[in-house]
Amino acid sequence: MAAFMTVGAKGNWDFVLPFRGGKLLGLVLVAYAVATATVLFQTITQNRILTPAVMGFDSLYVALQTALVFFLGTRDLAIIDMRPRFVLETMLMVAMSMALFHWLFLSRRRSLHLVVLAGLVFGVFFRSLSHMMQRILDPNEFIALQDMLFASFNTIDTQLLAVSSVIVLVTAWVSRRLLAKLDVLMLGRDTAVNLGIDYQRVVMMLFAVIAVLVSVSTALVGPVTFFGLLVASLAYQAVGTDRHEYTLPAATLIAIIALVGGQTVMERVFGFDTALSVIIEFTGGIAFMLLLYRNLNR
Amino acid sequence: MIEIHNLTKCYDEATVVDDVSLKLPESGITAIVGPNGAGKSTLLSMMARLIAPTAGRVLVDGLDVQETPGAVLAKRLAILKQNNQVNMRLTVSELVAFGRFPHSGGRPTVEDKRHIDEAIAYLGLNELRDRFLDELSGGQRQRAFVAMVLAQDTKYVLLDEPLNSLDMKHAAAMMKLLRRTADELAKSITVVIHDINFASIYADHVVAMRDGRVMLEGGAVDLMQELVLKDIYDTVVKVREVDGHRLGLHYL
Repeated sequence: MAAFMTVGAKGNWDFVLPFRGGKLLGLVLVAYAVATATVLFQTITQNRILTPAVMGFDSLYVALQTALVFFLGTRDLAIIDMRPRFVLETMLMVAMSMALFHWLFLSRRRSLHLVVLAGLVFGVFFRSLSHMMQRILDPNEFIALQDMLFASFNTIDTQLLAVSSVIVLVTAWVSRRLLAKLDVLMLGRDTAVNLGIDYQRVVMMLFAVIAVLVSVSTALVGPVTFFGLLVASLAYQAVGTDRHEYTLPAATLIAIIALVGGQTVMERVFGFDTALSVIIEFTGGIAFMLLLYRNLNR
Repeated sequence: MIEIHNLTKCYDEATVVDDVSLKLPESGITAIVGPNGAGKSTLLSMMARLIAPTAGRVLVDGLDVQETPGAVLAKRLAILKQNNQVNMRLTVSELVAFGRFPHSGGRPTVEDKRHIDEAIAYLGLNELRDRFLDELSGGQRQRAFVAMVLAQDTKYVLLDEPLNSLDMKHAAAMMKLLRRTADELAKSITVVIHDINFASIYADHVVAMRDGRVMLEGGAVDLMQELVLKDIYDTVVKVREVDGHRLGLHYL
């Protein structure tokens, strides 16, 4: 982190430190959001391959944002302050994804294959929906939208940092309170109910936390599909136990190291030549295929 | 006492449990027997609030299982289903420690540790306590899960086919253990069981089901009659007395 703040800094420190500090905070928030959302999601679904991103939930967020521009127009949007809008979007996102999660995981027990397939189809559906709306949009509005969506690790939306930090702190508090119950959830629904957990309520609460975290990370840096999967599996390997008091911090820590470290190397060594997300998605994608392959062979 | 009032469960058109009313005693072993698809497991799951009934109520010591908070019930009633797959990497003692969750909320006290050690010793798992579940045989794993349920220290224990995947020796040992638990710790244990002979030898009370209905409620002697068994299982079972136990010869 210190390296990220200082290496290759030329010029006025008064500029460098706040600028990089903002970026650093953004990266840490994203790392926490992605790692936590993935671990929680895998606990609920009792599955080490599914992640919110694989299930297409960040494309839901993109679709939501596109729809907002489509129906309201950028002029109206420009008047509204960014922060309340973000909060509103997050709330919409929570509502929609909870409906979807509920249907997929709670209303009836479905086979894992069906759930994965449904997730992929949803992802494609929301992406095509966004594309279609983007085609019809007025070119000027389209450019404005592009600007909103093309967030990346280099151009973290600093306006949203404060709001995001607050939101993330709230979710951290909620998941901290549920920590002991999370371990019990891993034993499966029946055992969890037997041990006195109000399964429906706890799971819906966790789904809400996940939806919020996905919104935060997507709003800050855009969709990252395989990053969560990568850090979650690395965390399980690293700590050698499945207790959440260890796996959650471990996943977050690994995510921070990967993001901040990767960003430093990318900026200072490669001179902004490649995009960090490309590298992360590449390794993450390979990890995903390896996991799938190992599960198929079992 | 567990009271079941007009309990019914339907899936779409199919009625799996059909208007069952029962009273299960405060102590001793109750065996639920019957052919495949009789609704035994569904009945057990509804008693333990794992499945919501279509109609009817279950009262555990007067508490309605659908309305009472889960945390309260978890101190009175424990259930162990068959096929317990755990995706988590856990040692035996870690698994058994989960049985204390309703009491400790995840922060085990000295009292909880004592219960955990007792349950592990009771099932003869002392040497295996630090082994991981995926390194155990099917029978050992089954015993670890039973230890978890015993550590939960509830008055009522419901077990869904606890003899599944156990060989002759371990099946008999498990039934003896349940007998001892019921007698020494004064618990009410309800088991769904396939082998009528185990029910005949070890159960105080028998409930026989067929097509979602209760066909018979009574002692083991009432069940082990050739005519009764033919009615329940639709097949001829000779019954002979051996060393004072009535055994069904369903292999013939």
